[in-house]
Amino acid sequence: MMDAISTLFSDYTVRTVALGATLLGITAGALGCFAMLRRQSLLGDAISHAALPGIAIAFLITGSKSPLVLVLGAGLAGWFGTFLITGLTRRTRITHDTALAMLLSVFFGFGLMLLTFIQRRPDANQAGLDSFLFGQAAALMQRDIQVMFGIGCVVLLLMTLFWKEFKLISFDAEAAHTLGLPVRALDHLLTALFVSAIVIGLQTVGVVLMSAMIIAPAAAARQWTDRLWVMMGLAAFFGAVSGVGGVLSSGLVPHLPTGPVIVLFISAIVVFSLLFAPNRGLAFRMMRQWRSGQQFRVDAVLVDMYTLASQHETVDHPHSEQVLNAMSGNARRTLHLLETLGLAQRIDDEHWGLTESGTERARGLVEKRWGEGP
Amino acid sequence: MIMNDIHSDETAIEVRDLTVAYGQQPVLWDVDVSVPKGVLLAVLGPNGAGKTTFIKSILDLVPVAGGSIRIHGRPYRRNRSRVAYVPQRGSVDWDFPTHVLDVVEMGTYGRLGWFRRPGAAEREQALKALAQVEMTSYAHRQISQLSGGQQQRVFLARALVQDAEVYLMDEPFQGVDATTERTIVELLKRLRERGKTVVVVHHDLQTVQEYFDHVLLLNGRRIAAGPVAEVFTEENLRATYGGRVAFLSSLLTQRAP
Repeated sequence: MMDAISTLFSDYTVRTVALGATLLGITAGALGCFAMLRRQSLLGDAISHAALPGIAIAFLITGSKSPLVLVLGAGLAGWFGTFLITGLTRRTRITHDTALAMLLSVFFGFGLMLLTFIQRRPDANQAGLDSFLFGQAAALMQRDIQVMFGIGCVVLLLMTLFWKEFKLISFDAEAAHTLGLPVRALDHLLTALFVSAIVIGLQTVGVVLMSAMIIAPAAAARQWTDRLWVMMGLAAFFGAVSGVGGVLSSGLVPHLPTGPVIVLFISAIVVFSLLFAPNRGLAFRMMRQWRSGQQFRVDAVLVDMYTLASQHETVDHPHSEQVLNAMSGNARRTLHLLETLGLAQRIDDEHWGLTESGTERARGLVEKRWGEGP
Repeated sequence: MIMNDIHSDETAIEVRDLTVAYGQQPVLWDVDVSVPKGVLLAVLGPNGAGKTTFIKSILDLVPVAGGSIRIHGRPYRRNRSRVAYVPQRGSVDWDFPTHVLDVVEMGTYGRLGWFRRPGAAEREQALKALAQVEMTSYAHRQISQLSGGQQQRVFLARALVQDAEVYLMDEPFQGVDATTERTIVELLKRLRERGKTVVVVHHDLQTVQEYFDHVLLLNGRRIAAGPVAEVFTEENLRATYGGRVAFLSSLLTQRAP
């Protein structure tokens, strides 16, 4: 296995593709955090679909498949798409989600139409444009990587420079305005970065799956931390790991498409994070709930025994299990737990009494609840 | 214009003929208010009376259909740094991945300028502001773990860090615990002692006389504005709230002795 991987890495093409997927994972992952926190998760989907006609038009106009030209076309179309969405939402009664859904399908449909038109032309040069649909990482070349690297660096640099401004408009845009920040301009800048991060991933994972690269790393990272910069770092890391993972698995297993495998990798990370992250993870929460439920049952039985005993002369007066069952539901399992904890002791087959430490604890509980003993 | 200049020394906020409409629906009509410097002003009125809109229009957060607003004699846009805003705490997502001190430091972002990160000085100011709202021990707490009252105090601290002349607060007493309410009242008094002007959207008529010295009664238009003793009358309240003020007469007789 390790041999196979190291052989793979010595392959020039695989190295190039892996580098591209890593760059994409880092850029999209980090920027995706802002998208998620600003509740713009679906915007990424709309932008990537809107980019398709841009690619087709750029090719029709220039006849070139140079990555810079295609990325520029995709970027302009994506930006125009978000511009229309904001405009529609602001000036008409159409809600944001409706505008998103409409723009997404209209632009995508138009893009498909143009692609079909291009493919029917007697022109050998057009081959490969349709790889933008689902992505074709294996076709990544040196010049593609250069463009991805350049755009990725600019995006990350701007994100660092405007870090506090972006954080503030994401948390509280109105406060940002009253503090004197040009919220509208910053909003446009962040959207532009967003569009850039998306277009550099189109060739690798395709317009259909690109939004997963934006949102999934952020969603997974949010589970593990409560600090924004840690979240960004984690998201970038998750993005990079799934990128490399996807490229390697499709290199090891024949006929495995890279883009979809990358998306599956990041989805697996999301599922794992949703389940097992401390504090926010589902498993952790269930555990905590179960524990507090058990704590509650233990305390309830203790208090019941104490209340019963206080009607007799001695606090360790034994009580029958049946009475305790009647008072707080099924007490048997809790009683065994109390015994393990040294809070209660079995007197005979049917009867249980409080130990000294059990009495102490019960008295504390009663005083906390009612102020004084019964 | 001449009057404006004469008053600019004593008048903190001068609102003239303010009209705001959302779509076709007018929310505020032709409101004139002049808030003297150094007062605690309560903005009162029934739900939908335009109280929040009034504050937001001063802050340039909602488009104004007509009228003029001046802060210490100058338009808001040229006097922005002298105005601090405390929004309703429900206006943000408290699950945002950040901690208390970080939120308070955001109050310094305006004067920090581009590309500069908050440093030791800003941290110092933020901690001082947190101490004023009795939240020092929560400085590194994740904000989703705060109670409603604590969230409110964090927002107050963020406004304090701005060190402004005029403070606009949107329902700071809404749904907070008794401790927070006391802290806020103390804070308001201290701000007044330092000559600051505070405008508070308020709901609880019972506490108006105790907490504030000026009131503005709003219901789409200005019903009355001025010192509590003159303006907070049964007649004005009836005009503001309509018939639903049976409880008001008892409220007002309380202050007779």
